[in-house]
Amino acid sequence: MKKSSLPALVMLVIRRDLLLAMRRRADVLTTLIFFVMVVSLFPLGVGPEMNMLRKMSAGVLWVAALLSSMLSLGRLFSADYLDGTLEQMMLAPQSLSMLVLGKIIAHWMVSGLPLVLMAPVLGVQFDMSAQALGVLIIGLLLGTPILSMVGAIGAALTLGLRGGGVLLSLLVLPLCIPVLIFGTGAVEAVSTGLSAASHLSLLGALLMLALVSTPWVTAQALRISME
Amino acid sequence: MNNLDIWMRENPLTYVWLGSYAVAFVIFAVEIAMVRHKRKITLRQVRMMRDAGIEE
Amino acid sequence: MAINWFKYSAPTTFYGLAGKLIPWFAVSAALLLAVGLYIGFVVAPADYQQGEFYRIIFIHVPASILSMFLYLILAGYAALGLIFNTRLSAMMASAIAPTGALFAFISLWTGALWGKPMWGAWWVWDARLTSELILLFLYLGFIALHASIDDPRRADRASALLAIVGSVNVPIIYFSVQWWNTLHQGSTIKFSGTSMHVAMQQAMFTVLAACWLYAIAIVLTRVRSIILERERHTQWISELPEVKG
Repeated sequence: MKKSSLPALVMLVIRRDLLLAMRRRADVLTTLIFFVMVVSLFPLGVGPEMNMLRKMSAGVLWVAALLSSMLSLGRLFSADYLDGTLEQMMLAPQSLSMLVLGKIIAHWMVSGLPLVLMAPVLGVQFDMSAQALGVLIIGLLLGTPILSMVGAIGAALTLGLRGGGVLLSLLVLPLCIPVLIFGTGAVEAVSTGLSAASHLSLLGALLMLALVSTPWVTAQALRISME
Repeated sequence: MNNLDIWMRENPLTYVWLGSYAVAFVIFAVEIAMVRHKRKITLRQVRMMRDAGIEE
Repeated sequence: MAINWFKYSAPTTFYGLAGKLIPWFAVSAALLLAVGLYIGFVVAPADYQQGEFYRIIFIHVPASILSMFLYLILAGYAALGLIFNTRLSAMMASAIAPTGALFAFISLWTGALWGKPMWGAWWVWDARLTSELILLFLYLGFIALHASIDDPRRADRASALLAIVGSVNVPIIYFSVQWWNTLHQGSTIKFSGTSMHVAMQQAMFTVLAACWLYAIAIVLTRVRSIILERERHTQWISELPEVKG
């Protein structure tokens, strides 16, 4: 196999995973529908009083995004695990971390990005102001990749296990709490007239931290699960 | 809940003992019991395996 | 006298050493607990603001401290196990987890009971209590992951990695929860603000020491059972007096 450069390798993995995801559009759509349903459950549960809903909006949308991400993470490695591709990836001379990064990026494009695009529509249901919506979207744009990356570690650790998705959520959700706090905090700040800059920059910092550490950790987790 | 509040203010030490320390002691007792039980059944299991091995 | 520490990193020798030490730790734990509670309830005076209710801290604070430090020690053993591939390190991590989780639970429970007379509610989203809750989730996640994997080696290594990832996250989680708490002007469970009476400090430190000794005794007992289980196929196990029966 021709020795490809690292970025080219990542692109290759992304394209492959996107192609596979397109063939299984149902999986992608169900996650999105889940997101919408969870968000819609809250007004049904707490009542339609608009003031209360507006105050809850950021929290509800973020928690729903978290849960939807957790649901979709099971798919990250399972297909390749089952058909032996994962084993091949691990035996390949190319860096496993890079391959993993490619898979995570593709996964985010298919699971996280749709949530970000859907959020404004749902935010309007909660009577969020344009400013709040803007900050929400930026926060989700920064945060959902983090969720995918941290979740990838959980997906790698729980590869092929009975507990499956629920176990993965149990393991990963505590680690995602900072993202939740900063994401919602940003919206709260802007709603009370303060600047969301500090929250968003903290999210950005977490994103950078995740970017440099999670692919390698995920690769180690894969090796542990596949031995 | 109001009755509880009143009772609590009139019997603070009892509240502290029953609510906190008693619960902590129960948890310690349960943990000790669980650890000892685990040792007992592990020993039994090892003995059974050993006896089964000797019988061959 | 140079102790050959590596000798005790083998389950065989560690098993024997632990067995001899446990009674000492257990008895001294019980003694110190009695002494500490005596000082705390009989010697120490009632607090100016909180009356008798503050006496909960003699169990609440040690439980919190232990739950946090035990997690770090667990992560330390986990790291040792991953790096040096020592079986005993992984066993110790598994042995510590339930104890740490129970201390976290005690911390939460006593924290809630302390909160009730102070704030009128059974639960307040105080930054420390919330962090403690998340810590409990981290413990439970570790235990759940280990229990879900059949292959012992994979179970050890996977949960070890999880523990390390968790411990790295703990400062981030703690910082973000602090941030969140001050943002929402949440309540803070704090002691009266004035310096603590000497007897109160003595009581707390004594109970803290008692909890440490208890934890060591329990963890050593648990790890001996784990060693028995894992090494049951070996010769030295079948030679043990308690097995020969």
